[in-house]
Amino acid sequence: MAAAGINRGSAAERLRNRILDARARRASLEIRGGGTKAFYGEAPRGEPLELDELTGISSYEPSELVITARAGTPLAELESVLAERGQCLAFEPPRFEPGGTVGGMVAAGLSGPARAAAGPLRDYVLGVTILDGRGEFLTFGGQVMKNVAGYDVSRLMAGSWGILGVLCEISLKVLASKADTATLSFEWDERRALAEMARWNALPLSINASAWHEGCLKIRLSGAGAAVRSACRKLGGVELDAWTAAGWWESVRDHRHPFFRPSEAELQAGECLWRISVPPATPPLEQGGFIEWGGAQRWWRTAAPASRVRSIASAAGGHATLVRAADKSAGAFAPLSETLMRVHRALRGAFDPDCVLNAGRLYADL
Amino acid sequence: MSVPAEDSAEAARHSARQAEVAEALSRVLGASALLVRREDTAPYECDGLTAFKALPMAVALPENEGQLAAVLKTCHRLKVPIVARGAGTGLSGGALPHRFGVTLSLAKFNKILKIDPLSCTAVVQCGVRNLAISEAAAPYGLYYAPDPSSQIACTIGGNVAENSGGVHCLKYGMTLHNVLRVRGYTAEGEPIDFGSEALDAPGIDLLSVVIGSEGMLAVTTEVTVKLVPKPELARCMVASFPTVESAGGAVANVIARGIVPAGLELMDRRMTAVAEDFVHAGYDLSAAALLLCESDGTEEEVAEEIAAMKRVLEESGASRIEVSRDEAQRLKFWSGRKNAFPASGGISPDYMCMDSTIPRKRLAEMLLAIQAMESKYQLACVNVFHAGDGNLHPLILFDANDRDQFRRCELFGAEILETSLKLGGTVTGEHGVGVEKLNSMCVQFSPAERDRFIAVKRAFDPAEMLNPGKVIPTLARCAEYGKMHVHRGMMAFPELPRF
Repeated sequence: MAAAGINRGSAAERLRNRILDARARRASLEIRGGGTKAFYGEAPRGEPLELDELTGISSYEPSELVITARAGTPLAELESVLAERGQCLAFEPPRFEPGGTVGGMVAAGLSGPARAAAGPLRDYVLGVTILDGRGEFLTFGGQVMKNVAGYDVSRLMAGSWGILGVLCEISLKVLASKADTATLSFEWDERRALAEMARWNALPLSINASAWHEGCLKIRLSGAGAAVRSACRKLGGVELDAWTAAGWWESVRDHRHPFFRPSEAELQAGECLWRISVPPATPPLEQGGFIEWGGAQRWWRTAAPASRVRSIASAAGGHATLVRAADKSAGAFAPLSETLMRVHRALRGAFDPDCVLNAGRLYADL
Repeated sequence: MSVPAEDSAEAARHSARQAEVAEALSRVLGASALLVRREDTAPYECDGLTAFKALPMAVALPENEGQLAAVLKTCHRLKVPIVARGAGTGLSGGALPHRFGVTLSLAKFNKILKIDPLSCTAVVQCGVRNLAISEAAAPYGLYYAPDPSSQIACTIGGNVAENSGGVHCLKYGMTLHNVLRVRGYTAEGEPIDFGSEALDAPGIDLLSVVIGSEGMLAVTTEVTVKLVPKPELARCMVASFPTVESAGGAVANVIARGIVPAGLELMDRRMTAVAEDFVHAGYDLSAAALLLCESDGTEEEVAEEIAAMKRVLEESGASRIEVSRDEAQRLKFWSGRKNAFPASGGISPDYMCMDSTIPRKRLAEMLLAIQAMESKYQLACVNVFHAGDGNLHPLILFDANDRDQFRRCELFGAEILETSLKLGGTVTGEHGVGVEKLNSMCVQFSPAERDRFIAVKRAFDPAEMLNPGKVIPTLARCAEYGKMHVHRGMMAFPELPRF
C-alpha cells in the first residue's frame, strides 16, 4: 500500500511524464540527487532527471522507529530531524560532500564505519515507492519491521544505482543513538591489528567500528554506559577524547581523511582508490592501506593494474571496486559471472525494458 | 483440502506423465533416492499447513550437487515443476507439492561444512537444522541468532526460503540479516552464488530477493551464515497486565524509550492458560495479557536494561513483574511461549495460524478487533505475538471436519489480514505467502506490482518451473477474489474447495 500517496503529487507526475517522454524518444535519463556520489561507480550519462521537487519528510514516528521521506530530501535534514529525537541511521551512510539526498543514499547502498556491527543500509530499508522505467508507480515493503509478502523488492533497490527505477519515497528503520561511546587507540602493525580484531569479533564486546591505518588501530565502542566502560577495561589501549574521536570517525565516514582523496595530479599519474571487500579474517594482503569493518573492508591507493587488484581480492574470496580513478575503463565494479549477469539483465528488463534510467551506471553495458 | 476427484482421462494422463518423469529421473538417481509409489510419497503431501494437501508425481532425494543438478536438468527438459523441500515445517504451504511436479527433498544435504570462529561464520548445507548450527558453534562461544519456534526441526534452507524470524529477531534480525551467502542452482541446473563471504558482493543485492522467495527463484544448496557471540547473560521478565490495551501500550513505550530487548512477546489470557496447562511455567493466569521481555548482553548491560524496562512496564500499568533469577527459570518462562502452537493443538482439533505485522502502536486496537471477530464468526482465537516487531500470531481454533467451521475460519483469517493492511501493516511477517495467503496478496499489491513480482521470478526462472503457483496470485484469481470480497460472508458455492 502506498505509504503517503506520493503518486498523486504533481512533482511525481512530472517525473513520470519525463520518463514516458524519454522512453518514447529512446533517450536515457540520469537520475540526480545531490550529485555527491557522481564520482562513484560508472560515469553517469543521459539527460539529467532532477529530484529536487520531490522533497520532505512524509511521516516520522519516533516510537515506531520508522521515518518515511521523499527521495530528494537532503540527507542532512533527515539526520537532523532524527537527532532531535535522539535517533539516527545506525549504518552511518557516507556523505562524501554536503548536499546528498535520501534517495541517492539508498540507490548507492553504501554504509559507513558502523556497518560491520550495525548491518548494511539494505537492512534498514522497510519500503519504497518507485517509478520504474515503464513510468509506473510501484510500492513494495511498507513501514513495519517484518514483512515477507512477496519478494523483497524494496531491499533490491538498495545499491541498485537507479537502474530498476527512480526512488520516490523510502521508509527506513531508525534506531536510538547509542547512550555512550568511547574510542580506543592501539599502536599495532597490520598483522597484529587484524588478529586482534578477529579475536574480538567472537567476543561479546560493544565494538561498533574499527579503523586501522599506518600502524594505528582505532576501535569505537558504543552501547549502554556500563558495558562501554567494562569493554574499555577489557581491551586496554589509549582512550581518545570525545571531540578528537568524533572528528576522526567523521573523516573516515565521509572520506575526508586524505587517504581517500588522491589529488588530481595523483589520479592523472595513474593512482587509484580501490575498495576491497573480503572476509574479515583475511590475513594481510599485498598492502595494508586503510582497513575498516574488522578487516572486511580494505582501501588501497595503488597504480597497479585493475586485473591484478581484482585477482588478489577474488583469491581472498572477495571483490574490488575501483572508486576513484582517472580511467575507469576496467569497470568500476567487479565483473559478474555470466549467470548472474543474465539475471541482472532480466531484472533490468522487468523494471526498465528500454534502459531509460541510469544506463551504464552500474555496469557499462547494463 | 484434498484435490478434487479426477476423471479417468485426467488420471490416465497423470499416470503416463508420472511414468515418463520417473523413468527419466531413475537415470540420474539411484532407486533409493526416488520415490514414486503413493505410500512412499504420501509423507510429502503437505508441510506444516496441513489444510492443503497434494501428492507429487515423484519425490527426488539427491545426495550431492551433481545429482541435484542432474535432477533439475532432467525436469527442465521435461518441463516438470520442482518444489524444493526442507523439513516441511513451513506454515504457509510453500512446500505443498505440485500434482504434476517433483518434490525435491534436500534432507540429505545435512552437513556442516565449516565453522570459522575468526570470521564468525558457518558454512552449512541447506538441510542442516537451524538449532544444529548453534550447537556446532557453541564450543566457540558463538551461535546463529534467528530462532523460529520450530528450530529443532526446521532447516536453514527452509529458513532462507521463508526469511524466517523468531523471538530474538527483534534485536538480531531475520534470516536475511544473518546470511552472507547462498549457493544454489537455477531451474536449468546451473550453479549460482548470491552474496559472498565478504560483507557484500558486486552488482544488485540479489540476496535480498532470494531470501524469502519461497523456493521460486533458485534451489538453495549451501548457506554461509553469520554467527554472533553468545551473550554473557540473558534474563527474562514476565509482566502481567490488567488489560490488553495496557499491554499493547507497554510494548510501544519500551520501543519508544529506545530499548531494543532481545525478545518482547505478548500472550493473551487464553493463550496463557493453554500454555500454562501444557508446560506449567507458573504464569499469572489472572492477567489479561502477559509480556515476556528479555535482555541479553554483558552483566552490566543486562542490569541496566532490565532496570530500564522494568520502570517502563510499571509506568505502563503492569500489575506484577517477575524477573528470572537464573537460567533455569528463564528457560521456564520461555517454555510456554515456545510451545504455544503445540499447546493450542491440544485444545482444538485444528488451528489456523495468522502472521500479519502491524505498527506496534496499533496492537491493542488489533486485539480488540480480533475479539469482535470471534463473536462475528463464532470461533475462538488465542493470541501470541512477537509484540516488539508488531508481528501477530492469532491462532483461530476450529474443526476442519466441520465444513462450515472451516469456511468461517478462512473468513476470520482473511478479515484479520485485511484489518492488518488497514492498520498500515502487511499480510505476512515471517511465515510467507505460500498458497495460504495468495488471496491476501491481491489486496496488498496492485496488478502492476504483482506483475513485477512475476517478472522478477522470470528473471531467475524464465520457464517458471520452480514452485509455480505459490506467492504470486494470478490475475484471474484476484478477479475472482475481488468478486467474493464484495459479498463477504455470502460466498457462492461454499461447498467448493477454495485455496
